[in-house]
Amino acid sequence: MFAYIVKRLLQVIPTLIGVSILTFFLIHAVPGDPARMIAGPEASAEEVAEVREHLGLDQPLYVQYGKYVSNLLKGDLGVSLRSERPVLDEIMGRFPSTITLTVMAIAVMVVIGLFAGIFSATRPNSLIDNVTMMVSLFGISLPVFWLGLMLILLFSYYLNLLPSGGNDGFSHFILPALALGLSSSAILARLTRSSMLEVINQDFVRTARAKGVKEKLVVYKHTLKNALIPIVTIIGLEFGTLLGGAVLTETVFSINGLGRFIIQSIQFRDYPSIQGSILFVAAIFVIVNLLVDLCYGLVDPRVKYE
Amino acid sequence: MSQIDLALQQDESTSEHAYASRSQWKMMVSRFKKNKRAMVGFWMVVFCVAVALLAPWVAPYDPIEQNMQIMLEGPSLNHPFGTDEFGRDILSRIIHGTQISLMTGIVGVLIAVILGVALGTISGYFGGLADTLIMRIMDIFMAFPSFLLALAIVSVLGPGMINVMIAIGIFSVPTFARLSRSSVISIKDKEYIEAVKAMGGSHLHIIIKHVIPNSIAPIIVLSSMRIATAIITAAGLSFLGMGAQPPTPEWGAMLSTGREYLRVAPHVSTMPGLAIMFLVLGFNMLGDGLRDALDPKMKL
Repeated sequence: MFAYIVKRLLQVIPTLIGVSILTFFLIHAVPGDPARMIAGPEASAEEVAEVREHLGLDQPLYVQYGKYVSNLLKGDLGVSLRSERPVLDEIMGRFPSTITLTVMAIAVMVVIGLFAGIFSATRPNSLIDNVTMMVSLFGISLPVFWLGLMLILLFSYYLNLLPSGGNDGFSHFILPALALGLSSSAILARLTRSSMLEVINQDFVRTARAKGVKEKLVVYKHTLKNALIPIVTIIGLEFGTLLGGAVLTETVFSINGLGRFIIQSIQFRDYPSIQGSILFVAAIFVIVNLLVDLCYGLVDPRVKYE
Repeated sequence: MSQIDLALQQDESTSEHAYASRSQWKMMVSRFKKNKRAMVGFWMVVFCVAVALLAPWVAPYDPIEQNMQIMLEGPSLNHPFGTDEFGRDILSRIIHGTQISLMTGIVGVLIAVILGVALGTISGYFGGLADTLIMRIMDIFMAFPSFLLALAIVSVLGPGMINVMIAIGIFSVPTFARLSRSSVISIKDKEYIEAVKAMGGSHLHIIIKHVIPNSIAPIIVLSSMRIATAIITAAGLSFLGMGAQPPTPEWGAMLSTGREYLRVAPHVSTMPGLAIMFLVLGFNMLGDGLRDALDPKMKL
């Protein structure tokens, strides 16, 4: 197990290097002169030159990348052009909101998706299964930003139950987490259903039933436990979708999180901030997927870490 | 025509495989037709395509003509979906928006299919260093949450629908590359490929004439599903102001402007959202149906 963790950790390194190269080149892929783009169309030649020097864009690429990586290793993501504060500070100030939103959305996804999936799988092809699967098809076809607006309309404007925006407390995160998580719960419900159906007809499940094990135990202990690997995988992958979707949800609900920061940075052409935040989110996603990989052994002892 | 070509041609027309694949298609079509949900999805997509093609004739009003006297009016007989903040007819804008959304989805996915299948096929067919290199690069792309990757690409290229299509194309490439690699690997050692090799068929001939046609079915299924994702993503980017610019009647952008009038005129946001859902639902049902018709056990 320990050797496996070390091996997987080492495998993450090339991915992170690749991610850093990709985000590094982000700024260089800007059509035309990035310095001119950042300085704005009205800037004078001196101002453009200043931006170029400030960002080190006048140096050879490998020097720039070397500097970029050595700064990264020191935790230095550069300085925001907009606020002139370190990008990492800007990110850290907003990340708690984003991670709260994402984790709550995961909770919504797991609670609704898992139970809907189990419910459907234990009654295959019944009316209720068909309805659940149809609802989940609608669910995966819903744009999260539209769902967010509709939730605001219903729960904030018409029913006056929950706040429509901001990030001052737990109640502010309920609607955004619902908006963000519902679509993923539909994906999870479909996957849980198909994954359980594969297991539910196997011999050991029939044996369990034949020897008189209670249905609840058959479903949760014998079937679900053996169907968990794809379920855990999709939860990890959906984490990335939710982190990306947070950009939209935060905009809809005016949450001052990392997603909104990225949008504001794009509007301001604040490239160090865009680069830094995207790198940060990708790194989080890589780590979450690593954790998911490590979870396989806990979920299914047959998985050997070799 | 050289002897090899003749031999190869003969091989295609007489091999058992050619018959098998023809009847396989027939079986697929009949399975698909029996699936009610899939057929509903199919007709939903056909309906949207028809609306898109006939937009100038079926839209009751000009999608960008303003009429301030009737701004933010709710649904009525004259304007079944109401009017927006400039008094434009929302139904007409949605009808014209169908063109944009369909186009973005299809072109975006087409870019991804071309690049993804090319990379995946090279990777799977040749293996070795090319395989390792291509797949590691794909892994890196997959390390980014996909919406964020699309957003990053558009932030670099600048706002606009063409750039949105490119962004959607790029962020979908790894999915197609992986799928096409695995299906190429599953067929590359089959006997009919060996036979063409033995007859001296070049790699390019084998790839274009045999490998791609025989590994394309799952790609078609995935395409249908990815068009759905692409349409939602494109609408999301436009919602954030990164896609279509005003006064283009793009659904995501319409929804975004409607946000400001959510309390007084909720229909401005509601209607484009329903349109997105209708089209995306159609593609998702179509994709599900194609998958079940092709291979019910396939995991996509």
